[in-house]
Amino acid sequence: MKSLGSIRRSFAPWADPASKPFISVKNVTKKFGDFTAVDDLSLNIYTREFFALLGASGCGKSTLLRMLAGFEQPTSGEIILDGQSLAGIPPYRRPVNMMFQSYALFPHMTVENNVAFGLKQDGMPKADIAERVAQMLKLVKLEKFAKRKPHHLSGGQRQRVALARSLAKRPKVLLLDEPLGALDKKLREETQFELMDLQQELGLTFVVVTHDQEEAMTMADRIAVMSHGKVVQVATPAEIYEAPNSRFVADFIGDVNIFDGKVISAEDGYIRVETTGGIPVRMASPDKPGNGATAAVAIRPEKIRIGRQPPAHAPVNAAEGEIWDIGYLGDMTVFHIRLKDGKVIKASSLNAVRAVEDPLGYDQQVWISFGEDAGVVLKD
Amino acid sequence: MEKWSRFNIASVVLGFGFLYLPIVLLVIFSFNESKLVTVWAGFSTKWYTQLWHNQGLLDAAWVTIRVALLSATCATVLGTLAALALVRYTRFRGRVLFSGMVYAPLVMPEVITGLSLLLLFVAIGFDRGFWTITLAHITFTMCFVAVVVQSRLLSFDQSIEEAALDLGATPVTTFFAITLPVIAPAVFSGWILAFTLSLDDLVISSFTTGPGATTLPMKIYSQVRLGVTPEINAICTILIGIVALGVIVASIVTKRREVQREKDERAAFAAIG
Repeated sequence: MKSLGSIRRSFAPWADPASKPFISVKNVTKKFGDFTAVDDLSLNIYTREFFALLGASGCGKSTLLRMLAGFEQPTSGEIILDGQSLAGIPPYRRPVNMMFQSYALFPHMTVENNVAFGLKQDGMPKADIAERVAQMLKLVKLEKFAKRKPHHLSGGQRQRVALARSLAKRPKVLLLDEPLGALDKKLREETQFELMDLQQELGLTFVVVTHDQEEAMTMADRIAVMSHGKVVQVATPAEIYEAPNSRFVADFIGDVNIFDGKVISAEDGYIRVETTGGIPVRMASPDKPGNGATAAVAIRPEKIRIGRQPPAHAPVNAAEGEIWDIGYLGDMTVFHIRLKDGKVIKASSLNAVRAVEDPLGYDQQVWISFGEDAGVVLKD
Repeated sequence: MEKWSRFNIASVVLGFGFLYLPIVLLVIFSFNESKLVTVWAGFSTKWYTQLWHNQGLLDAAWVTIRVALLSATCATVLGTLAALALVRYTRFRGRVLFSGMVYAPLVMPEVITGLSLLLLFVAIGFDRGFWTITLAHITFTMCFVAVVVQSRLLSFDQSIEEAALDLGATPVTTFFAITLPVIAPAVFSGWILAFTLSLDDLVISSFTTGPGATTLPMKIYSQVRLGVTPEINAICTILIGIVALGVIVASIVTKRREVQREKDERAAFAAIG
């Protein structure tokens, strides 16, 4: 059997110009009175893709999901699913199903009847319904709970019922609104991987809304980072993290140190920037901004090295500072280092060796340094 | 358990005595052997048997029950719809005015409601009788239903309706398969409330009645003016029994389901955190 990972690794329909998107959101705007929840948004989602809409609350991600489900109609623009426009099609005629954040289980029905509800609406023969329900409950490992009412289940079990119910009709697309938001951390992490496996197994297209970047990074093939009703960047988790296209994305996903400065020179794939703090930086950059242009270099904390001696390439890509704060997380330690000009840099180091006492202590004078391809030059 | 002080015992006895002494007296005297209402002459159920031969009273009772059944049912449908509209469509123009107008009859003096309905029926030339009483009762009981159902709907998680739509149920199916079963206890107690209100209404019925449509309270009232008979006591006792039974059943049903529902919802929301 081919591992799911190997399937995932080779999966990149968005990079292939010949592949047709399964869901196409075209210039969709949604206004509630004066408030624009979704602003001229366009994006494509491909068959079997696990797509995440990521953003802070109020960024329009849930509204977009609700438009896909049919609970809201776009003010302008259109959504195309499998070649068919969804305009004017009510939720009960769309080949998509949704898993609600509150799970929205029917309180007066047993688990079994909750799962069977959608199938009954389709007029499926009774025997087939029973078979499908049993199959779905087996999939989410709830066979023993078929006759229970939702209030006799734990939060995790309810989440599974909601999942089984939304999958029972074999929808072309499953929409998930903060599917794991109500679970505690341990259960959430487990369920993330279960959802991924399930999606691969069933070969479905998943669109998940989440505000949890770790969740999005773990599960999704691609992430759309949203802000104020617009998509800021759509890319794979790795691209989003390592090559953010803007200061917003760099700052929103993970931790980052941003050095502002002016371009001194740019040649053969590298630019030189003099930061406002006076650090000369040489960084790989595909673009060639003009001399004197403002530039911002973003470097993730784990790509910053800490040493007691100045590195060989000093003073380029290096600066002296003192350890201001230490956060010990177990697997790694986060240092806040205050540079000469007062700027505080975040640097993290993996605790690969068991050491109860860290050699680096408070107030110690240290050198931070980074490689020429450790950071990304932001365009704005 | 706390110890009851004399003061508390006295207040409870006085309070309940004040409320129920007249009723208890009425019930006791309905079993009186004597024809004189105020003189006890031994236990008897003869007034109850005699009721069965009083065609006037039986007719009135039959009219009353028909009016109550029909008006309570219509009022429940209308009141539930009004409650749905008020809770669901929070953004329509004039919502405050509309909700105020639905509740106004709750505090409106019955004389005014009765008089205005009478004027309306006269103005449009509606023959007064069974149907005008029924219409009048629908008018004044639907707001009670609306209040009861609305309070239930406020704690109703609307995403379960969306889930039903999402799973392919039409709005009509969703209402009957999801919304109605969940709010059923409130709708039922609304119906019972409307039924009992209609059953013992005198003022509005008197205004809107016509020939051949005499309800029990009206009949009793007119007979009492000629003197209280043990027969009246007997029929009143039966009425009290019916109303008490209705109220008790309604409160038990609502209480039990409501407690269950609240438990469910609390658990559900606890899961959301």
